[in-house]
Amino acid sequence: MLTKRIIPCLDIKDGVTVKGVQFEQMRNVGDPVELGAYYADEGADELVFLDISATDEKRKTFAALVKRIAQHINIPFTVGGGISSVTDVHVLLNAGADKVSINTAAIKNPSLLQGIANSFGNQCVVLAIDTKVVDGDWYVYANGGKVPTGIKTKDWVMQAVDMGVGELLVTSIDNDGTKKGFAVELTRQISELTNIPVIASGGGGIAAHFADVFRDGHADAALAAGIFHNKELGIPELKQYLKDNNINVRL
Amino acid sequence: MKIVIVQYNAGNTCSVDFALQRIGIQAVISDNADEICSADKVIFPGVGAAAPAMAYLAAKDLVYVIKNLTQPVLGICLGMQLMCNWSEEGDTQCLGIFDQQVKRFPATSGKVPHMGWNNIYDLRGGLFNNLAENSFMYYVHSYYAEKGAHTIATTNYGIEYSGALNKDNFYGVQFHPEKSAKDGQKILENFINL
Repeated sequence: MLTKRIIPCLDIKDGVTVKGVQFEQMRNVGDPVELGAYYADEGADELVFLDISATDEKRKTFAALVKRIAQHINIPFTVGGGISSVTDVHVLLNAGADKVSINTAAIKNPSLLQGIANSFGNQCVVLAIDTKVVDGDWYVYANGGKVPTGIKTKDWVMQAVDMGVGELLVTSIDNDGTKKGFAVELTRQISELTNIPVIASGGGGIAAHFADVFRDGHADAALAAGIFHNKELGIPELKQYLKDNNINVRL
Repeated sequence: MKIVIVQYNAGNTCSVDFALQRIGIQAVISDNADEICSADKVIFPGVGAAAPAMAYLAAKDLVYVIKNLTQPVLGICLGMQLMCNWSEEGDTQCLGIFDQQVKRFPATSGKVPHMGWNNIYDLRGGLFNNLAENSFMYYVHSYYAEKGAHTIATTNYGIEYSGALNKDNFYGVQFHPEKSAKDGQKILENFINL
């Protein structure tokens, strides 16, 4: 039976991981490869590496890092951040990434999704959506959740699926960083709207939140960052909790 | 030992190469018939669509070469599907090594692609040495090979289908051993040691 996936997300700036990562057993917590390998050994099902470098110059070094990740890590991983062309995708997939995550560039140019899906298959195209409730409806935000687009989230999802997107990474801006739980109702609605996998993101604080978004939100995967990096929640204990609550996971 | 990874327009060639490097093997990546035939073991990877992949193999005169290899061959994902008779994906005639058809998952199976970790069971043969029943493997695919006489591992995604196939020197796995953590690595090692 297909299992629910747990996905740690690593933010990378100028080639090193950011955020307060605290693992005493690691020599270099700033090294994305070492941290990624640690999570893979802990039982993470996939990894996401997001490049948040500010300049194009720095971004060029990301492909070299992606190659190093692919050489050392034996589970699938997605890369994202500043990808805006089919050529960008080609470079990253060639370096060994399994999937690419596209966000703002797709809002500006939706046909980019089609171009990537046609060139490399829809299984490698992850559409990242940052969304927020305004007057009772969900809307898409661009540029790291800062810029409102006026596009309704459900409309964007349907359009993206038509374009050949293979997976959705849905972050609720309202929940992100709160540790009060994922946006379960949003996740459920999007999951029921489409026939492609949905990764829930934003708000996971304790193991029970993950159980909620899998059971009631019908998420296929759940992503978190800080709670893993700060050792508030270990992946083995999280997965054991899910298994004890009859949620199918890889243990 | 010489390991050749068949180079064609498939997406995961470098991932397979990296996975072999992790177990200490320096493979040759090639689409040259002489190079492929001279290998001790051949790995036939694959991510992408069936029709363009078969067209590419035909253009490179590799169809006959691959079908007639006598050393152990391991097809991965699309590579395994191309070793079957026919694929519903693009109504494509394939290599016909395994007497199986490849079909699209019905809507009742669940979301498509079947993406993530799923267990393999009813394991048979040396490819699964030291692997426990119900080990988890990483899958990404929308088409599947039905169960049949050549099935050596079964997976369930709404329906039971072939997680792995074997006939004579030809092996195929629908999952990605190169991305399936330590258990996947074991399968690659088992193949190398066949």
